[in-house]
Amino acid sequence: MRAGIDLVHVPCVRASLERFGERYLARVYTAGEIADAGDDPVRRPERLAARFAAKEAAIKALGLADIGVAWTDMEVRRAADGHCTLSLHGAARRQAEALGTDSIALSLTHDGDYAAAVVVVDRRERLSFERASR
Amino acid sequence: MTEAQDLDPRIRAVLAEHARLSRDVATLASTDDLYQAGMTSHASVNVMLALEAEFDVEFPDAMLKRSVFDSIASIRSALLDLVRV
Repeated sequence: MRAGIDLVHVPCVRASLERFGERYLARVYTAGEIADAGDDPVRRPERLAARFAAKEAAIKALGLADIGVAWTDMEVRRAADGHCTLSLHGAARRQAEALGTDSIALSLTHDGDYAAAVVVVDRRERLSFERASR
Repeated sequence: MTEAQDLDPRIRAVLAEHARLSRDVATLASTDDLYQAGMTSHASVNVMLALEAEFDVEFPDAMLKRSVFDSIASIRSALLDLVRV
């Protein structure tokens, strides 16, 4: 099992939106994430900050920092009930498969100026070990 | 042709504006670790976008690695690769 955590300063995301606009959004977030963030000027940076934290937490949990992955390879998807999950694409997905990833858990939060995320990755090796040790 | 030494002042200017370093960029050696100097992962996105605008390049996904942005020297090396293409 591997875990990753990240904390993001929401005003930094707000500043990036103001400074780089669409270039920032297109390089970091998927179309679905941008839609889920909505257009409320207060909530949008908070939601994007939580999603960025999720991407960085996934990079840590999966050991992606020096593999070379697009931020859009890690996508936060929001279900109708508000529950969020992490989907992987491209190089991030390939790395997760190479690690034998069996499941990925995601938790997001934000409060005031900060948003945070935790990603926990479980791997098939652990399940095999548990079976072997019975 | 772009010379390595020509890049450093422009890289330092980008870092000064976007990296949110806890130290004056002028005090950093070219091999000093920018993350240790206070650059967050989110600030590194701003640095990347600003470098792309400054040097009229685009970092491909394969170059979006922590090691590419962890020092002035590594950024310079990556930019030289991009401008030579």
